[in-house]
Amino acid sequence: MENSVEERKETLSASPRRASLVLTVALFLLPAFILFAAFVVYPMLQSLYYSLFNWKGFGPAVDFVGLGNYQRILTDRAFMKALGNALIIVVLSLTLQLPLSLAMALMVGRDLPGRRFFRTIFFMPYVFSEVITAIMWMGLFNPDPDRGLFNAFLVLLGLKPQAWLGDPHQVLGCIFVVLTWKYFGFHMLLYMAGLQNIPQEIEEAALIDGANGRQLITHIVLPLLGGTIRTSVYLSVLGALQQFGVIWVMTRGGPVNASDVMATYMYRYSFIRFWLGYGSAVAFVMLLISLVFSLAYLRLVRQQDYLGGGY
Amino acid sequence: MQHKLVRLIGLVVLATLVLAACRPATPAATQPPQQAPTEVGETATAVPPTEHKVVITWWHISTAEEHKALWQKFADEYMAAHPNVEIQITVLENEAFKSKMTTVMQSGNPPDIFQSWGGGVMIEYAKAGLLKDITADLDADGGAWRSTFSPGALGVYAYQGRNYGVPWDMGMVGFWYNKALFAQAGIETPPTTWSEFLEDVRKLKAAGITPIALGAGDKWPAMFYYAYLAVRIGGQEAFDKAYSRQGSFADEPFVEAGRKLQELIALQPFQDGFLGATYGDQATLMGNGKAAMELMGQWAPAVEKDNSPDKQGIGDNLGWFPFPMVEGGAGDPNDAFGGGNGFAIGKNAPPEAIDFVKYLTSVDCQVQLAKINVALPVVKGAEVGISDPLLLAVQQGAAKAKYFQLYYDQALPPAVGSVVNDSVQALFAGTMTPEEVAQAIEDSFAQEMK
Repeated sequence: MENSVEERKETLSASPRRASLVLTVALFLLPAFILFAAFVVYPMLQSLYYSLFNWKGFGPAVDFVGLGNYQRILTDRAFMKALGNALIIVVLSLTLQLPLSLAMALMVGRDLPGRRFFRTIFFMPYVFSEVITAIMWMGLFNPDPDRGLFNAFLVLLGLKPQAWLGDPHQVLGCIFVVLTWKYFGFHMLLYMAGLQNIPQEIEEAALIDGANGRQLITHIVLPLLGGTIRTSVYLSVLGALQQFGVIWVMTRGGPVNASDVMATYMYRYSFIRFWLGYGSAVAFVMLLISLVFSLAYLRLVRQQDYLGGGY
Repeated sequence: MQHKLVRLIGLVVLATLVLAACRPATPAATQPPQQAPTEVGETATAVPPTEHKVVITWWHISTAEEHKALWQKFADEYMAAHPNVEIQITVLENEAFKSKMTTVMQSGNPPDIFQSWGGGVMIEYAKAGLLKDITADLDADGGAWRSTFSPGALGVYAYQGRNYGVPWDMGMVGFWYNKALFAQAGIETPPTTWSEFLEDVRKLKAAGITPIALGAGDKWPAMFYYAYLAVRIGGQEAFDKAYSRQGSFADEPFVEAGRKLQELIALQPFQDGFLGATYGDQATLMGNGKAAMELMGQWAPAVEKDNSPDKQGIGDNLGWFPFPMVEGGAGDPNDAFGGGNGFAIGKNAPPEAIDFVKYLTSVDCQVQLAKINVALPVVKGAEVGISDPLLLAVQQGAAKAKYFQLYYDQALPPAVGSVVNDSVQALFAGTMTPEEVAQAIEDSFAQEMK
């Protein structure tokens, strides 16, 4: 009897305490929420609003076109090309850039002489700004053999110099090389952190059981690195979908859209043609694509990471 | 790119200087600008003012020290000669000027005299009734003022036969060529017709010389070829008809311009990788004597020098010739394509403002501008201020032009200018036909004019 009264008392007093807890949390969240609403949510809604207009950025938007801008985006060959290029970069990143980063991480993560030196060198490109990276590589890709390093080598070897950024068939490959050079260090760092979390004992146990180096990597390291790999894939895809700086500085999406991606396409329409309504629509399409990918990926692939299934 | 970066840094530095320098002038500029001028201006026309001063507001963007000082000197001289006039100068950095213009234009209070490049933007202002029609002033006394200008340059500041401003600087695009390389290929005189030009390109190629340096990655240097061919083939009539919507940018002359350009592209006259090259690359090739010619504006020699290892460019080997005439084209061989600087007159400007601009464009003032190398004068007789013979040739070329075609990206709405640039690059890359290029430009223009 006494017992149940005690319990009732506790549940009664729990609700005001709970309410004050909620209030505390809300108050702590408020500053961040205000900033988030003002600088993220509001501009997004505003851009969604402008995307329904034919608007040049001067004065209020009055020429309402409904979903006309979206219809145009989906039927525009140049946008489809930009989307295709973005997907090519995504696929290349996943199949070439990430394995390369992992291989590098495995190499410099071990007790090799000078690994600290190489770790720094490999990470350095990530520290450079995109513009500096782009300008530096423009110099390397310069088609004039007297000025561009790559063509100087080709000429030295008696081969034909290439147009590189000036060739619509080569330009995307060149851009991908630059992106890989710039970002593999970042993914390498992620993998190195992941590798450090793998307990030494497991590897030792496997070695005692007679596993060779290859088996160690495929059966122990890779499965235990799963969570890190999933994170790195996620960041890599989103980064590729939103890539802008390197491409804009190096080629402006040219020659003739050959290296266009969604962000350069959006920038060109918004700030060179001053079709800000259309540009807003492109931005919104980009947001949708990234959002759908994020949600699907979190739900289908990364859920296990959150449920504690780790690895 | 490098050029732009240098300019950007320069502008930032200048902007800070200007902001610092402008501080005492700011209170004056923030005063309600239209009240004083209109009130006093009206009385001034009736009776000579005794105690009220006529205030003229003048916005310019000449931030270079020497140039700014010269404008100030002109204003001081004018005020000394006209004690009833007070000229308030506001010096703005280019980008700051543009954004400030948007605000004052939306509020309907333009300055009395302000920087203008003519063409599309000026026409928008004129249509909105924000500019003063100065046609009568130009025509007064039997066209005394009008006749001092070269007609083509003045035309850039006119819309539907009415004048809203005057130029004070005008250059033009033409071919800058390496005389030594031309001689090496056995070319004695620069070409005057398109077929001669193509023939010379073949000769240069046969001699193992890169005939033309081109930064088509930046698009606008490539657009010059298309625009100039359209000027030569269609002349003023084709452009005016297309612009006024009696014709179209898909009309025959604009398609033919693309076809003629294809003839040139088919000869592969450009350096390797030109589709990805920048204007800086183009200037470097010329400055190092590795290409025989480039199609560029009056600033080309300076940029070539800047991009050469010894900062001298190709020195005396540099020559200039106008864009060749296309056989059978409707354009006059003297027609020019290019641009420059001028002053537009705001709608509230008092008559004294126009009189002051008349003084600014006098031969004497123009010579002084030319002497400090900040302008290619537009007034007859002022060319004596130019010391460089090549720049004199450019100035003479621009002065001779009866029809002056402003750069497409200034003459046309920004969206159309961008479509022209993008489509012409595609023509150079061989991914669009001349018909498609012309149609793309027409579609874009039709949409913007809707």
